Amino acid sequence: MQIEIKNGRLIDPKNTVDRENTSLFIAHGKIAGVGSAPAGFVADEVIDASGCIVCPGLIDLAARLNSIEAELAAAVAGGVTSVVVPPDADPPLDEPELADRLVHRGEEIGKARVLPLGALTLGLKGERLAELAGLKKAGCVAFSQASKPVIDTEALLRAMEYAATFGYAVWLQPQDHWLAKNGIAHEGEVASRLGLAGIPVAAETIAIATFVQLVRDTGCRLHLTRLSSAAGVALLKQAQGEGLPISFDVGIHHLLLTDNDIGYFNPHARFTPPLRTQGDRTALSQAAAAGLAAICSDHTPVGADDKLLPFGEAKPGATGLELLLPLTLKWAEAAGIPLSTALARITCDPAAVLGLDAGHLAPGAAADVCVFDPETTWIVTSEALKSRGKNTPWQGYPLAGKVLATVVGGKRVY
Amino acid sequence: MHNPQLNRDGELIHLLSIEGLPKAILTQILDTAASFMEVSSREVKKVPLLRGKSVFNLFFENSTRTRTTFEIAAKRLSADVINLDINKSSTAKGETLLDTIDNLCAMDANLFVVRHASSGAPYLIADHLRRIGRNDIHVVNAGDGRHAHPTQGLLDMYTIRHYKQDFTQLRVAIVGDILHSRVARSDIHALTTLGVPEVRAIGPETLLPKHLDKLGVQVFHDMEEGLKDCDVVIMLRLQNERMNGALLPSAGEYFRHYGLTPQKLALAKPDAVVMHPGPMNRGVEIHSAVADGPQAVILPQVTFGIAVRMAVMSIVAGNS
Repeated sequence: MQIEIKNGRLIDPKNTVDRENTSLFIAHGKIAGVGSAPAGFVADEVIDASGCIVCPGLIDLAARLNSIEAELAAAVAGGVTSVVVPPDADPPLDEPELADRLVHRGEEIGKARVLPLGALTLGLKGERLAELAGLKKAGCVAFSQASKPVIDTEALLRAMEYAATFGYAVWLQPQDHWLAKNGIAHEGEVASRLGLAGIPVAAETIAIATFVQLVRDTGCRLHLTRLSSAAGVALLKQAQGEGLPISFDVGIHHLLLTDNDIGYFNPHARFTPPLRTQGDRTALSQAAAAGLAAICSDHTPVGADDKLLPFGEAKPGATGLELLLPLTLKWAEAAGIPLSTALARITCDPAAVLGLDAGHLAPGAAADVCVFDPETTWIVTSEALKSRGKNTPWQGYPLAGKVLATVVGGKRVY
Repeated sequence: MHNPQLNRDGELIHLLSIEGLPKAILTQILDTAASFMEVSSREVKKVPLLRGKSVFNLFFENSTRTRTTFEIAAKRLSADVINLDINKSSTAKGETLLDTIDNLCAMDANLFVVRHASSGAPYLIADHLRRIGRNDIHVVNAGDGRHAHPTQGLLDMYTIRHYKQDFTQLRVAIVGDILHSRVARSDIHALTTLGVPEVRAIGPETLLPKHLDKLGVQVFHDMEEGLKDCDVVIMLRLQNERMNGALLPSAGEYFRHYGLTPQKLALAKPDAVVMHPGPMNRGVEIHSAVADGPQAVILPQVTFGIAVRMAVMSIVAGNS
C-alpha cells in the first residue's frame, strides 16, 4: 500500500518543517519521501489535503479504553495514532498476560497503536511489586499507579529502585492520598461557596516533593501525570533545573478550564486532579507553551448514569480522544501559541516522554500521520463522538479542527 | 450563566440557594411569610393556595424537624403531602436519584422538597426537570450537603427582621462549625444580600472554609473579640462525629473556646438576640442558661419557619 498525501501544509515540529503545498509519500509502512516522490513511487491512494494540515499522528499519553473497539475507532477519528493506556482498567493491568492480551487485541483491531502502562504494584494497591520485567516484555512502555497512591513511602522507594535497576520509567500522579482522599474540588473560593470538600494544592506539592527526593536517591526516570497547580509546576521546574530525569504532562482540560467552570455543580467539570484557579491554569499553560509539559487528553469515558449524579458522587473525567486536537488548537489560539509548537505537545513531545522514535515525519519514520482541516468547525454532540464516552464539558460547543484522514503504519485507518 | 432558580421574567420557580437571588425576592418571601403568620393563629389554620397540589417531601437524609415543618406548611396551604424517606438502602438497590424523580413525576407531583447529603443534588433535579420539560414541577431545597439550606436562611432573616427591623444597621456573628454548615452559607448570602454591613464568622481554623472573606465575611478566631457589640448571634450545631478527632480535640475544649455562655453573651449588645437552627447540643455549643434565657429566640425561629416555608412554596408554585 503506497499513499500520497498532496497539496497540504506539512507541519513536522520535531524536524522543524512547516511548508505549504508539500506532498508526503508513504510506502511499506514508512515515510518514503517528503516533498518529492522517491524513485518509482506509484500511489495506490492519493489523499487530497488541500486547505488541510498534514502532521505526525497524535500520541495521547493517557486514554482509557473501556470498550476497546469503540475507543480505538474514536482515537483515529481524532487523529490519534498511539494511545498510552493507564493500568487502572478492570482488572488492573498487573500481569504480563493481561498486557499481552491488550496489545494483541489492539493489533487485531488495527487502528491506533496501543501502548499499555503496566501496574507498578499488584492490584495498584501500592504494596507488592508487579512483575515489571514480564510486563515490559509483554509490551508495557512504563509503569504506573494511574491515580492510585502508594501510601507506604518505603514501598515507593523500593519500587523506584527496582525500576531504576532495569532502566524502566515510572509514571505517577502527584496527589497526597491523605489530603486528597475526601476532596472533590480545588480547595478555594468555589468549593467554599458550593460546600464541596476541598483538595488543597499541598496535596500535589507534597507528593511532588516526595517524588523528587526519591528520584534524587534512586536515579529512577520519573514522569508525573496531570499537573494541576502553579506551585507544582514551580517545583518541577526546579527539579528539572537540577538535571533530574523528570518529565510531566498536563490534561488538555486543565489548560482550558478552571474551578469556576463547575458553575452550578456541573459534574462534567469534575476531574482528578481537580480543576484549580485561573492562576494555576495560566502557569500550566505557560509550562506547556515553553515545552516543559506534554499535553494529553486523559480520555476517561464515563457512562451517563455515572455522570447524572450530584457533583460529589459523579465519576471524574471526560471523554477526550476526539477532542484532543481541536481543544489543543483552541488552547493555542487563546494563548497565542504557534500551531507548530502546539502540535509538538501532542506529537513529538509525548514521544520523547516515552523515549520512542516516533511523532515525526522524517523519511524512514513509521508512517503515522494525521490530516486535518483547521478551519472546519463542528459541534460536539453525543452523535458526533465515536467514543462510548459522551461525557464532556464541551457538549454543544462548536470546535474548530476536523480530522480528514488518519494513517497508522502506512495504512489509512480513518 | 443562567440562574436555574429563576424563569425568564426573573421570578422564583425553584428555591435552591439564596446565593444569586435579588434582594427583592428575599423581601417578597419575608413579606409573604408575614402575611401567613396570621393564618397560624386562626382556628382553621388553612388557606387554599395549594389545594389539589401534591407536595413530595423527598428526604434522602434523615431529618424529623425540617420535614415536619415543611409538612405542616404544605398542609396549611391545603396541599396533599407525601413523605418519602429514601434511605441509603433503596439507592443501593440500583435506582438512581433521577430514576426516583422520574417515577414521582409520573405520579403528578407538583413540588419536591429535597434534602440530600450531597451538595448540589437539588440542582441536578431542577436541571433534569427542565430537560424533560416538566416546568410545572418545582424544587425547594431543604438542605443539600454543606451547600445550602435556603429556607433556614430565610427563616433566620425573618427572625432577625422581626426583632431588629432594619438589616442595614446590624452586626451579626455566626459561631461554630461553618465549614460543614449549609445553614451558615445560606445565612451569609442572605445577610449580605439584605444589606447587613458586618457579618462575622467565629470559629477555629479547622471549622472555617477557606477564602471566607471573599463571601463578604470577617473572620474571628477569638469568640470574645468576635461577639463584641453584636446585635445577633447565630450559633451552629456541632455534629457529634466532629467533636473528637482531627478537627477538634474534645467537646469540652470546644465549649471552653466557642460555647456561648452568659459571660460571653454579655460582650454582645445588651439587646442582642441568640439564634440556633436546632437541634442544640447543650453544653457543647451553647450553655443552657443562654438557650433558655431571655435573649434566645430559638423557639420563635421554629414558628416563623412554618410561615416562611408556606411563603416559599406558595411563591414558587405560583410561577412557571
